[in-house]
Amino acid sequence: MLSRKAWIGAGVLASMAFMASGAVAQTIGFSQIGSESGWRAAETTLTRQQAQERGIDLKFADAQQKQENQIKALRSFIAQGVDAILIAPVVATGWDAVLKEAKEAEIPVVLLDRMVDSSDDLYLTAVGSDLVHEGKVAGEWLVSETNGKECNIVELQGTTGSSPAIDRKKGFEEAIADKSNLKIVRSQTGDFTRAKGKEVMESFLKAENGGRNICALYAHNDDMAVGAIQAIKEAGLKPGEDILIVSIDAVPDIFLAMAAGEANATVELTPNMAGPAFDALAAFMKDGTTPPKFIQTESKLYTQADDPKAVYEAKKDLGY
Amino acid sequence: MNARSLPLLATVIIFLLAYAVCYSQYPAMLSTRVIGNLLTDNAFLGIVAVGMTFVIISGGIDLSVGSVIAFSGVFIAVLLRDTGLHPVAVFAMLLVITTLFGAAMGATIHYLEMPPFIVTLAGMFLARGMAYVLTIDSVPITHEFYGRLQDFYYLMPGRGRLTLIGGIMLLVFLTGMILAHRTRFGMNVYALGGGVQTARLMGVPVARTTIQIYALSGFLAGLSGIVFSIYTSAGYSLSTVGVELDAIAAVVIGGTLLTGGSGFVAGTLIGVMIMGLIQTYIIFDGTLSSWWTKIVIGFLLFAFIVLQKGLVWIADRNAGALKSAR
Repeated sequence: MLSRKAWIGAGVLASMAFMASGAVAQTIGFSQIGSESGWRAAETTLTRQQAQERGIDLKFADAQQKQENQIKALRSFIAQGVDAILIAPVVATGWDAVLKEAKEAEIPVVLLDRMVDSSDDLYLTAVGSDLVHEGKVAGEWLVSETNGKECNIVELQGTTGSSPAIDRKKGFEEAIADKSNLKIVRSQTGDFTRAKGKEVMESFLKAENGGRNICALYAHNDDMAVGAIQAIKEAGLKPGEDILIVSIDAVPDIFLAMAAGEANATVELTPNMAGPAFDALAAFMKDGTTPPKFIQTESKLYTQADDPKAVYEAKKDLGY
Repeated sequence: MNARSLPLLATVIIFLLAYAVCYSQYPAMLSTRVIGNLLTDNAFLGIVAVGMTFVIISGGIDLSVGSVIAFSGVFIAVLLRDTGLHPVAVFAMLLVITTLFGAAMGATIHYLEMPPFIVTLAGMFLARGMAYVLTIDSVPITHEFYGRLQDFYYLMPGRGRLTLIGGIMLLVFLTGMILAHRTRFGMNVYALGGGVQTARLMGVPVARTTIQIYALSGFLAGLSGIVFSIYTSAGYSLSTVGVELDAIAAVVIGGTLLTGGSGFVAGTLIGVMIMGLIQTYIIFDGTLSSWWTKIVIGFLLFAFIVLQKGLVWIADRNAGALKSAR
């Protein structure tokens, strides 16, 4: 059974080897956590796309949420002699031994979107987004949008105690700290889910005079915002006009809402972590340029003015 | 040709064929690095699979081992973090706990006449729950003794490493083989797998043997937990979910009858290696979904079950033929 499958694989591979031999193909191994969320699926899709554009032969290994699978994948990449390794580590601990092996084999390792607690000379660089900065970008948008007008804000937090919830709250509060016209009147967790976002928004609306006292909603992710939009509509108000809505992540569905005028702004958590990683690796391999230990991805702000319909079309096939 | 060793022979042939196919596509697969990786990466699985082999030969099953490994890792990590104990002392404490845990399950199975499936299922929840109670975080192990254990390896020619944990696994397999085929305990295990009533009539101490079997499985699960903690230098209550099923699969692919009474410890080693080989192949390929590992293992398992059933049927027919000839 194995052998038959293997022979099919052999055929595919032989043809691929022919194609690859033309370009100066690099082989890069990518150990992905799994496909637990739409965002991660989009990250995988974009990593494959980016690799293809650069003529890189990408070896992809899905760890199915298990660290032991990721360690196995890294060891196999090393044994295979790949030119570089990308890894999105499932947990922060336990990478010292295998990263040391990679270092001894002189294979640079780049971390994607999550950190490890190993010493930072064991990897080349880490690419990720700054969660505090994302919250700040969202806050700054609201500051300029309200432009000094009195505004009561309600906040839908992420899962209690999770680092995105803590940091996105912190960044937003920093941005509005010295603006006396902006005040967070209610803040509660919506667990990053649509259903919970809707439920909590309903209670906010009831508590704040049917929503008439609320001028803006800040949601820690788009899914909760989409749920909240539903609740606002059911309460007879116009989301996006009566209540301004800003959220984070930039998943395709929020662009549909923006196109319909029901959401105002979103801050992108880009799934394209691999692009900057490949760039850093290319520079490193060309003339040994050492990148900084942390490469921060852009936290891009999208508003209704950015043609949300077109962004939706571009994003919808990424696997979100 | 003995019909009992036919599944083992089939396993060995499949392994060699599979390796040959892998080698023909990726010559690097025959490097000492890959062989070293196969031993190191599958050390924790191999060690529990030895315990599982004994359990299955005796006609039982032990579903608790995956959780016990996770519990062991968390227990070690938390104790090393919060107390000044030396790792070796912690290892000793842990092995006592997991061995007693196994023995308690064995006693429950025997004295309460409960099916092993249910008892060890309860053990699985209990051990996983205990791990969660200790901590839900992934706790790093930073003791310098761990660094020394990890740096302890024999560098084979070609830069492959025979690590300490890979070596421990091979040692466990060797001991398991001697235990199964050269001792009274081993004979009792096989006898028990042939049927409890017959075993009792043969004078096998059923109670003691059952408890010993599950204690051995608990001990090896604890040892596997130590090895896993060296492998990842961390303890995490969510790790090694489903390893008990991988271990059972390795045992069956290794030619042991799921109904008990027949099997080889050495076959289990090959079973573990086949599973590791499939994973390595898929990573080397880099384009196949890693879920193919499960699919191929599923096919292999199914093939082996059919093969076993076929052999039993042939053996029965021969016995019938003998009888009518008489």
